[in-house]
Amino acid sequence: MATKLIYFAWVRERIGKPEEDVELPAGIETVADLLRWLKSRGEEYEHALQYPDVIRVAINQEHVEHREKIAGAREIALFPPMTGG
Amino acid sequence: MSGAVVPVVRIQREDFDVAAEIARLSEGRADIGAVVTFSGLCRDEQGRLSALELEHYPGMAEAEIARIASEAIERWPLHGLTVIHRHGKVRPGGNIVLVVTASAHRQAAFEAANFLMDYLKSRAPFWKKEHHADGSAGGWVDAKEIDDKAAGRWKAPSK
Repeated sequence: MATKLIYFAWVRERIGKPEEDVELPAGIETVADLLRWLKSRGEEYEHALQYPDVIRVAINQEHVEHREKIAGAREIALFPPMTGG
Repeated sequence: MSGAVVPVVRIQREDFDVAAEIARLSEGRADIGAVVTFSGLCRDEQGRLSALELEHYPGMAEAEIARIASEAIERWPLHGLTVIHRHGKVRPGGNIVLVVTASAHRQAAFEAANFLMDYLKSRAPFWKKEHHADGSAGGWVDAKEIDDKAAGRWKAPSK
């Protein structure tokens, strides 16, 4: 099943696209696993996810921690710390 | 006493009118004794900026602010609550965000507005990009640790 990944702010700019559908390989169980796998997909991902600890993640439009399981996620968003308000 | 308070949450490109938003909460009611408004505006940082551009996560922005608003309604005896957050390009002096809280007494209205802004800053999916007045490329605004700390002070004591 394809998972929709969405990127915002400098994560979007560095990866070079606002969103994509990916087939997650077996063994990618948590948000941290996903970040590690994405980072290995090329220079632009390496640049965007150089410091994975600062990346904030939402699954199905709700904030989650990096240890969260991603099974059943339709939409996973990656973005920098928020600066609204 | 009316039923449960339904917060007004709007994410929009257009400007808002503070007086009209206060009137929307208080008109036709006699139980509101206090209305607090907070407006966040775009600064020019001593002439350095020509604008801020606000990116947001459509769908989640509304949902997250609604979650924060519901929490405020649970914690304080509010009669009304409005949150408006703009996206797109905002020039210095322009409005970015508005929080309006209405209650019988001022303390609840002040505290709820303060709580809402602290939580919006650290949890609502918006990102600001600077546009420089001299035409040079602007960067993304860095999140401030102090904003996370400000949100942390509202955490309920552990049971």
